[in-house]
Amino acid sequence: MGALLTLDRLNVFYGAIHALRDVSLTVNAGEVVTLIGANGAGKSTTLRAITGLLTPASGRMVFDGEDIAGVAAHKLVARGLSMSPEGRGVFANLTVRENLEMGAYLVRDRAAIAAGLERSFTLFPRLKERSKQRAGTLSGGEQQMLAMARALMSAPRLLLLDEPSLGLAPLVCQTIFDTIDSIKAAGTTVLLVEQNANAALKHSDRGYVLETGGVILEGASAELATHPRVREAYLGEGG
Amino acid sequence: MRATQKLAWTAATLVVLLGLNQIFEHGFGDFQINPYYARVIELIGINITLAVSLNLINGVAGQFSIGHAGFMAVGGYVGTYLTVYYGAAVTGWFGVGVTDAVGGSIAMVVSLIGGAIAAGVAGLAVGIPSLRLKGDYLAIVTLGFGEIIRVIILNIPSVGGATGFTDAIPITNFFWIFAMAILTIVIVRNLTASTFGRALATIRDDEVAAEAIGIGTTWHKVMAFAVSAALAGVAGALSGQLFANPLNPQNLNFVKSIEVIIMIVLGGVGSITGAVLGATTLTILPEVLRGFDQEFPGLRMVMYALLLILMMIFRPQGLLGRREFGWHWLRWPNRSRIPVALTEAGDTKAHTPAPPGDPRSALGEGDEEGDSRG
Ligand SMILES: Nc1ncnc2c1ncn2[C@@H]1O[C@H](COP(=O)(O)OP(=O)(O)O)[C@@H](O)[C@H]1O
Ligand SMILES: [Mg+2]
Repeated sequence: MGALLTLDRLNVFYGAIHALRDVSLTVNAGEVVTLIGANGAGKSTTLRAITGLLTPASGRMVFDGEDIAGVAAHKLVARGLSMSPEGRGVFANLTVRENLEMGAYLVRDRAAIAAGLERSFTLFPRLKERSKQRAGTLSGGEQQMLAMARALMSAPRLLLLDEPSLGLAPLVCQTIFDTIDSIKAAGTTVLLVEQNANAALKHSDRGYVLETGGVILEGASAELATHPRVREAYLGEGG
Repeated sequence: MRATQKLAWTAATLVVLLGLNQIFEHGFGDFQINPYYARVIELIGINITLAVSLNLINGVAGQFSIGHAGFMAVGGYVGTYLTVYYGAAVTGWFGVGVTDAVGGSIAMVVSLIGGAIAAGVAGLAVGIPSLRLKGDYLAIVTLGFGEIIRVIILNIPSVGGATGFTDAIPITNFFWIFAMAILTIVIVRNLTASTFGRALATIRDDEVAAEAIGIGTTWHKVMAFAVSAALAGVAGALSGQLFANPLNPQNLNFVKSIEVIIMIVLGGVGSITGAVLGATTLTILPEVLRGFDQEFPGLRMVMYALLLILMMIFRPQGLLGRREFGWHWLRWPNRSRIPVALTEAGDTKAHTPAPPGDPRSALGEGDEEGDSRG
C-alpha cells in the first residue's frame, strides 16, 4: 500500500513560537495512524498545517502524490481530505441534518448525499433520533458524533480527527473508538490525534509520539503501547 | 412558487404600491396625508432597507460591520450626483423632464442602479482585504471607512461639502421607497434560504469548521458584504432625493451606523422580520417621545436610552430572537412541526446564547423540507 499522506521535515511558527520542529510522518492508504502527545505538543498545529489553515515555514506535504503546501483549506476537501476539528465545531444554529448536509457541501450528486446521510445514521443511530434538533443543544458526545459524521459526508479518502474523545465519558469514548474501527473497515484512512494514548494505540495500526513540537518516537501501535517511555509519560505508569 | 405565481405576486405588489403612492403623494378626494406622518413613513421604509441589508452581514453571516452609514453615503452621493448632473440629459433622450412623473422614474432607476453599484464596489474594496482575515478586523476597517468617506465628501464642493447636497432633485417617492424595501427583503430572504445563506450560517457558527467542510469562507463573506453595501447604497440614493432632506455628511457619521445596528439588535439579530420590526420601532419611538421634549427638554433622549437598556436587560436576544414572524404564528400550537419541548429544554444547556427555534423553520421552505424528508 502506498503512502497517502507524507509530511517531510515540517516547520511551523506562531510568530516567534517554533510550534513544529522537523515533523515527518507517513500515513499509508487503509491505515489508522495516531499522533499522540501531551497538551501543547503540537498535534492540532500539525492538522492545521495539513488542512491549509496554517502555512508552514518549511517542509513538504504530499497528499495522494500532490504537493498540498499552500492549498487553501476549503480546496483540500475536494481532493479527498476532511477534518473533524478540535472542539468539534458543529454549527450550533443548524439542525443535525443540516449540519450533515453542509458536510456534503461540495457533493453535487443528490443520491450520494442521501447515501451519505444513510451511512451517518447507520454509524451513529443517535444522530438519526436527533436529526431535527439544533446541533447546539446536543450533548458533548453527540456533538462529537456529528462532527465525525459531517466530516465523512464528503466521502474523504483521509479523515483527520482532532481529539475526538476529549472531555467525553468513558462509555461514549468507547463508542467513538469503536466507530473509528468501523470507518477503517469501510476503507477510509484515518489520522487520529489523541491525548488518550491508551485507547488511541489500541485502535490504530501505527503511531507517532509528539513532544514539544518534535516526533520523539514512532512505530507499530502495539509496540509503542509497551514502550517504557510511552508507558511512563502517557499511560500513567511509573517506570 | 412557480414563475407565473411569482409574476402575479410581483404585479399585485406593484399595483398596490402604485395605488398607495397615488394617495400618499396626491391625496384621495378630500383626504391629504399629514406631511409629518408622511415623512415618518418614508423614513421607516428607508430604515427597513438599511436594517434588513445590514442584517445580511451582521446577523446572517455573523461579521460585525460598523460602516453601514458609509455605504449609504457612497450610494446616496453617487445616486444623487447622477440625477443632479446627468438626470436632465438622460430623461431628455426620452423627451421628458426630470421632474415629470415618467422622467422622475427614469432618473430614479439610473440613480438607484448607480448608487448600488458604487456602494457595492466600495463594499468589495473594503471587504476583500479585511474579510480575508479571521477576527474583528471588519469592525475596525468599516469604522475607519465611514469616517474617511465623510471627510472626502466634506471636501467636494460639487456635492455641497459641509452644507449638504442641497442641489438634490426630490424624485424619491413612496413607491420607490417601499418597492426597494420589499426588493431588499426578497433578496435577503432568498439569499438566506439558499445554499449560499446556509454557508453563511456555518461561517457565523464556526469559521474553521466551515473551511473544513469545503466552504470558501472569504468569497462568501465578501459577496454577502458587497450585496449588503449595495443595498445600503440604494437606501442612500432614496434618502438623498427625498423632498427637503438633503444628504449631509454630519448625519452620515458612525452614529448613523450604530443606529442601524441597534435596529437589528432590537429586532433580533439574524431575523429579517425582526429587522423590519426594529427599523419601524426605532423610527417611530423618537417621534413619539418628542412630546416629552416640550415639557422637559432633553428628556426624550434619556427615555430613548432607558428603553433600549431595559430591552437589553429583559430581552437580550431582541424582540424576535432569530425567529421570523409569519403566518405559522397564528397556527394551532399543536400543529407546530418543530418539537418545541425538545428544542426549548435543550436550549438551556446550549453553548450559544441564541434563542430556541430553528431560524429557517419559519421560512416556509424549511418547513417543507423537514416534512418531506423527515
Ligand atoms: N494561535 C496560536 N498562537 C500562538 N501559539 C499557539 C497558537 N496555537 C497553538 N499555539 C502554541 O503552539 C503549541 C502547540 O499547540 P497545539 O498544536 O494546539 O497543541 P496540541 O493540539 O498538541 O495540544 C503550544 O505551545 C501552543 O501554546
Ligand atoms: Mg489540540
